[in-house]
Amino acid sequence: MNAPDTLLRVQDLTVTFATPRGPVRAVDGLGFAVRRGETLGIVGESGSGKSVTSLAVMGLHTGASVSGSVMLDGRELTGLAERELNRLRGRKMAMIFQDPLSSLHPYYTVGEQIAEHHRVHYGSGRRAARARAVEALAEVGIPEPRRRARDHPHQFSGGMRQRVMIAMALACEPDLLIADEPTTALDVTVQAQILELIARIQEERQLAVIMITHDLGVVARVAHEVLVMYGGRAVERADVDTLFAAPAHPYTRALLDSLPRLDDDGDEPLRAITGSPPSLLTPAPGCAFAPRCSQLAGAAAEKWARCESERPLLDGPAGHPAACHFPTYEGVIS
Amino acid sequence: MTSAEPLLSVRDLRMTFPGRRRAAAPVRAVDGVTFDVAAGETLGLVGESGCGKSTTGRLIVRLLEPTAGSVTYDGRDISHLSQRALKPLRKDLQMVFQDPHSSLNPRQTVARIIADPLLVQGTPAAQARTRAAELMELVGLTPEHLDRYPHEFSGGQAQRIGIARALATGPRLVVADEPVSALDVSVQAQVVNLMERLQHELGLAYLFIAHDLSVVKRVCDRVAVMYLGRIVETGPKEQVYAAPAHPYTRALLSAVPVPDPAVERARERVSLLGEPSQSSRPPARRGDPGSPAVRPPGCALRPRCPKAQGICRTDTPVLRAVEPGAARQVACHFPEAA
Repeated sequence: MNAPDTLLRVQDLTVTFATPRGPVRAVDGLGFAVRRGETLGIVGESGSGKSVTSLAVMGLHTGASVSGSVMLDGRELTGLAERELNRLRGRKMAMIFQDPLSSLHPYYTVGEQIAEHHRVHYGSGRRAARARAVEALAEVGIPEPRRRARDHPHQFSGGMRQRVMIAMALACEPDLLIADEPTTALDVTVQAQILELIARIQEERQLAVIMITHDLGVVARVAHEVLVMYGGRAVERADVDTLFAAPAHPYTRALLDSLPRLDDDGDEPLRAITGSPPSLLTPAPGCAFAPRCSQLAGAAAEKWARCESERPLLDGPAGHPAACHFPTYEGVIS
Repeated sequence: MTSAEPLLSVRDLRMTFPGRRRAAAPVRAVDGVTFDVAAGETLGLVGESGCGKSTTGRLIVRLLEPTAGSVTYDGRDISHLSQRALKPLRKDLQMVFQDPHSSLNPRQTVARIIADPLLVQGTPAAQARTRAAELMELVGLTPEHLDRYPHEFSGGQAQRIGIARALATGPRLVVADEPVSALDVSVQAQVVNLMERLQHELGLAYLFIAHDLSVVKRVCDRVAVMYLGRIVETGPKEQVYAAPAHPYTRALLSAVPVPDPAVERARERVSLLGEPSQSSRPPARRGDPGSPAVRPPGCALRPRCPKAQGICRTDTPVLRAVEPGAARQVACHFPEAA
């Protein structure tokens, strides 16, 4: 490990799916690191590869070819046997999803489901596992945990179900929590509660968190560092303050400009981004954002030619790289 | 609001659905909602899932028949008209849905989808097709794509088709139910701008139903905030957003994430306990959320409200002006000073 507090280091991660219409490279050459006690926000729209990335880190892709390196706490995970991975999932890393109802088993009580998790990973007895399940439910703020442990998933509201998922994910005290759009299906007041819960547990346990979301507001609230994805690649990475104050990539800038904001009283039309997100089936040879890039509107022909033919690499200052041939640093387009 | 008669006038609207199981209590999805929409204005109807905002929208375009109360469109009570009597009115009242792809028939061409409301109204086919091509252009699509199918369009384009269909008959009021929430972030602004432009060009009135308060702030003139079937606060957008009077509005606004880490760190949050539940289980204990099925007596927000007192348990607060003559109304025993 390079830095003592780096828990996860991903390098050159590529995930390819074979489809009837040809191979689709859903994630292409992705790299990032997550430190203990910190949150990495991965932002992107649908099809940007953010969820595929999280499943690849967990080793949950069957039928896709995954290459690159995923180092968790000094241990290489890619190429690890399924049995080995199973030992790490849960105890070292855990994941929560957008829709808790479809990730919970409808037939079993939530207590049984959390307890089973514990028994599988620690070999603890039924009684001890049950006690741990009740503890875990209490920890995530579910009132009357002993009684609620005997309820089935459908008896919980959306926010409470997500708390159950978090309880299950944390029951085996993992070091890394991957949260894939954990609050997207929830109401905004409930979202605030769940984000607060994750932040509290993170602080208590020095948990490393990967927060995957399409919502830049959520990222601004919880992340320490942010990775912006577009068309399966990282387009920009920076600490949260830099990213929002001085975005270097035209996509990040355009996205921030296009958002209606609660703290904005203006009435001018929103600065919309033209076009739609790219198709991964027919990737462009050059920059995936080029067709929508406002920086290229009216630009010189040679600039166009370069962006359209040459793929930009994630490059630039170590703390704030951007995959753009003409990034903006300190307000200046290079 | 002007003294002239509003385009749409909703009075004490109620919709009760029977409980799903035989023993279950009926669900009062909309429980006495009153508001007006003037010609050419946008009223934003906001609230969390299960608050009855979509049901309200469906009652207004009469996809549902209300249990009680009235919907008056252009001076005429339409709340119990038959489908046949409604048909000529459908020209005026149209709807845009949340998920563009599931609201467009996958087996029809775009030309057919957009022309359909015209054909229903008896427009000759050739004329309807010409109009469909004009509408494609109006919403920023290429008229040459008329003979394509919905799956050939992206989400944002499909929503433009949905909007074109809604505009085909030249409506005066469009009920838009979460029109941008299923779209990618980078595409939402396009559709918001399109809807605003169309409003100016065509003089449309919108009932804009959404849970995203940032979008509503952008597009609306006035807002109405719903909680468990009732409007808890309503008024001009500037006033409601700058100084929310109802504890629920305050909590809702303070929970919306702002895409700016510096702002986020400096913000103060107003917390509510629990969450609004859609289950029909009676609330078992204190701090448990209410539900539209089993409304606690008094204020529906009381179990979650940080300001609740004795009177909130016994008396249901009525929507009334914050001060005499004010455009802003709030239903709370202890509203914040405006």
